[in-house]
Amino acid sequence: MGFEGIGASVRRKEDVRFLSGKGNYTDDINRPGQLYAVIKRADRAHAKINRIDIAAASAAPGVVKVFVGEDMAAEGIGGLPCGWQIHNKDGSPMAEPPHPVIATGKVRHVGDPVAVVIATSKQEARNAAELLEIDYTDLPAVANLTDAVKPGAVEVHDGVAGNICYDWVIGDKAVVDGVFASAHKVVKLDLTNNRLIPNAMEPRVALGDFDTSSGDFTLYTTSQNPHVIRLLMGAFVLHIPENKLRVFAPDVGGGFGSKIYHYAEEAIVTWAAGKLRRPVKWTAERSESFMSDAHGRDHVSTAEMAIDNEGHFLGLRITTLANMGAYLSTFAPAVPTYLYATLLAGVYKTPVIYCNVKAVFTNTVPVDAYRGAGRPEATYLLERLVDVIAYETGIDKVELRRKNFIPADAFPYQTPVALQYDSGDYQTTLKVALKNADWDGFEARRAEAKKRGKLRGIGISTYLEACGIAPSAVVGSLGARAGLYEVAEIRVHPTGSVTVFTGTHSHGQGHETTLAQLVVDQLGVPFDQVEVVHGDTAKIPFGMGTYGSRSLAVGGSAMVKAMDKVIAKGKKIAAHLMEASVEDIEFKNNTFTVAGTDKSKTLTDISLAAYVPHNYPIEELEPGLDETAFYDPKNFTFPGGCHIAEVEIDPETGVVAMVNFTAVDDVGRVINPMIVEGQVQGGVAQGIGQALLEGCGYDADGQLTTGSFMDYTMPRANDIPNMSVATENTMCTHNPLGSKGCGEVGAIGSPPAVINAVVDALKDYGVRHLDMPATGAKLWSIIQAATPRMAAE
Amino acid sequence: MYDFTYEKPSSLADAVKALSGDMDAKALAGGQTFIPVLKQRLNKPSTVVDLSKLGLSGITVAGDKIVIGAMTRHADVASNPDIQAKIPGLAYLASMIGDEAVRHRGTIGGSLANNDPAACYPSAILALGGTIKTDRRSIAADDFFQGMFTTALEQGEIITSIELPIPQKSAYEKFRNPASRYAIVGVFVAKHASGVRLAITGAGQGGVFRHTEMEKALSANFSPDAISGIVTPADGLNGDIHASAEYRAHLIGVVSKRAVAKAA
Repeated sequence: MGFEGIGASVRRKEDVRFLSGKGNYTDDINRPGQLYAVIKRADRAHAKINRIDIAAASAAPGVVKVFVGEDMAAEGIGGLPCGWQIHNKDGSPMAEPPHPVIATGKVRHVGDPVAVVIATSKQEARNAAELLEIDYTDLPAVANLTDAVKPGAVEVHDGVAGNICYDWVIGDKAVVDGVFASAHKVVKLDLTNNRLIPNAMEPRVALGDFDTSSGDFTLYTTSQNPHVIRLLMGAFVLHIPENKLRVFAPDVGGGFGSKIYHYAEEAIVTWAAGKLRRPVKWTAERSESFMSDAHGRDHVSTAEMAIDNEGHFLGLRITTLANMGAYLSTFAPAVPTYLYATLLAGVYKTPVIYCNVKAVFTNTVPVDAYRGAGRPEATYLLERLVDVIAYETGIDKVELRRKNFIPADAFPYQTPVALQYDSGDYQTTLKVALKNADWDGFEARRAEAKKRGKLRGIGISTYLEACGIAPSAVVGSLGARAGLYEVAEIRVHPTGSVTVFTGTHSHGQGHETTLAQLVVDQLGVPFDQVEVVHGDTAKIPFGMGTYGSRSLAVGGSAMVKAMDKVIAKGKKIAAHLMEASVEDIEFKNNTFTVAGTDKSKTLTDISLAAYVPHNYPIEELEPGLDETAFYDPKNFTFPGGCHIAEVEIDPETGVVAMVNFTAVDDVGRVINPMIVEGQVQGGVAQGIGQALLEGCGYDADGQLTTGSFMDYTMPRANDIPNMSVATENTMCTHNPLGSKGCGEVGAIGSPPAVINAVVDALKDYGVRHLDMPATGAKLWSIIQAATPRMAAE
Repeated sequence: MYDFTYEKPSSLADAVKALSGDMDAKALAGGQTFIPVLKQRLNKPSTVVDLSKLGLSGITVAGDKIVIGAMTRHADVASNPDIQAKIPGLAYLASMIGDEAVRHRGTIGGSLANNDPAACYPSAILALGGTIKTDRRSIAADDFFQGMFTTALEQGEIITSIELPIPQKSAYEKFRNPASRYAIVGVFVAKHASGVRLAITGAGQGGVFRHTEMEKALSANFSPDAISGIVTPADGLNGDIHASAEYRAHLIGVVSKRAVAKAA
């Protein structure tokens, strides 16, 4: 057994069960007497429900019960809550229209739940669902952001004028306008951030159970944060106290944000299980995932940078429309505000920034955080704008970035948009990325490609993100209705093995390995004697879950704190056993030693004494060796770095091939380099997907035009090039590990690098900007339009 | 899927009988289109007649022809040494259908009977001038494909094999739908002693079609240059969120040239 502590590329222990078909996913769980729920969903985007006739469905074979929205409303079941309140620029709170668990009165997007059919088999439930007779009056729908804010647009919610959820600002407009008025030059860019459908490999599943003897409810669900679901569903929807509600999220096959939120189906199956006194399971069809999982991105923005005559950034002014969809998903309001506009300084010294964000309701699936959440939108906007500044001024795009970077000696650095960066070294990540990508050799590669008839381009993105969310008091002041600390319990067993109970949740990230390595490092316990438990509110003291690249920076820090407590207590026991003073006890490599002597006790000696306290300081110390810590972060963490993409475009077809990708990221302390590399690769794959392939579409009637994999282009392995992934790390200064987070950097840094490369490849065609995704059809049209002009010149 | 009766006859006659007597009975070949359609409840057959026990798979060389059993899987066509040597365009085409799982279940007969306008096989059979053999007759490829999802097959008629003349040269080029990987434009070109046949799938509103103007030019001069000036009108071509009719019209030229370059 080699080194398995911090810095070792230990193989992911959980992969053995995942790859051999032994994972325990929610749909693998079945309870005695289980019933099956099928959700009848709106097939139209906006309509008044006149009447739902459930008679035929209720009488169909195997059907136990049909519920409609009024059944839940009649029992005082509230709507789905929103976990974040944003205030308008005039200080008033955002519009927060009701979000019924099952639609009442109206449906507002294709996929909106209208009724639930519960039967003894899924087949019977599906058959019966077809017998529901729903009388609708169709209403005009609005799916598109810019249409939704036009005067006279259809209103998605009665009483929400102009479909504006909130009209929010950050920065001082007068100051920024003043800078623009006197600037040497202003560069302006209109751009969109395309809407994405997350598509985790495992569709969502929810299984509600009710114990008739104890009156306890259990919800098994595909969640990234079971405690958050328990709180939201128990306290705000179903009124079940925490002591009577267990939420268990077992193995979860990917989330990317889409499994953070409290969804209607979780409340439906839990409530129905109590009503029917039988377990009720719902398993999403893939087509349901497309129309019921929260989507991501979907911004339309105008960005302007004021610059001086040398290209120094003087001020940034932005207006953004952000699509909320038909209802507010759990964290949706935070995404285009505190996870977006606060990132608009990026890695640059831009002294003043003003951003106005209007969040807009449309007749579409709710939009919420998706891998990166706000930060990809900010990064894309900024890094495209910087390239356009280079294009318009003729300043070299690398030089332009360098001269505007926040220097490495300026930390801690206070941005004009609230955040204070603790550490970073953007010149270094840039320098290493340029070297790893052989930036200087590019023109030779471009010339070689040209001989083959291909248009080769190179693009760069120097990005920053804020993760490790987040200090509770800070997010509370910004509108969060929850704290964002993390919790760990370290249980040292009598014979010295360790179980870690973490409030974070692993749904592909490899926490069972990474978090175990922290125990190897700090307590010296062998890797195979460490078990990581997550996902079960019955076992874990508490937790806020996994999103925003927080599990290591926040959850790992909670573990460090809990292990510090274990060591502190162990020292007292060791001092007693070795008849020494506590101050003289040192702990290292699993062993307590009396300083300056050869007297020592292993952790196992101490844990055994703690659980068999025959010779023990029982007057001063409780038995046992089991410590819990809550860790509230002092700040966000700020990973950053440089991504470089190289593409080749076939001018005859417009098709883009990704030929090279280089990432040099600063993620702080790395625990498992192999897992970090995998996280970056996965994030970059999603970023390439957004840049080149993916785009959720709605037609004018609000019908989803990309409702299956036949039309929604997920990246495949052969769309993704081999990547050069490296890290150049500066340590986070405010958490005990120095770790920043790596889960989202790939998806944040890569899209602008790819589009910058595509635009660079098309530079001879006079292309200044194009919107994602850069599909073959789109590029062919651009090339076609430019070709006659070029011929004329 | 809806409930249905499942039958797995062991003789062709029984299969034909099961399918002929019931308008709502459907044949199951490889099921790579049909099973997803059933799962989405877009089809409600009374009986599903599984053709896998009829002994209809296999590849044989018969003089100047290759005969492929209707139930032969795409993977077997792609990996067959005779097809690789004699009709390389067909082996390549089969290797590019769907993914590994699809290629190990999907069959040539199933694909032809379905005649999806974006499927690959129809272009090969049409360009090769193949003959579709059924339980009751032989149908020339030129007569078989009758528009989107429409063929000359009668109710209950089962394809048993496909007879393909061995051409002098052949190639297939596919411009894939980025999402589904079906053909947006697929071009199969075959150079026969009697002339060149070039068929296009994925693009036409009426399904697979021969590009006679290109065939004429290529019969005179089998080189990409021979067709570089030929403009295909967008009229009658499909347009969707992935490719407009104009883009498809343009791609027909590009992909055809590449197919010819590959074959030449």
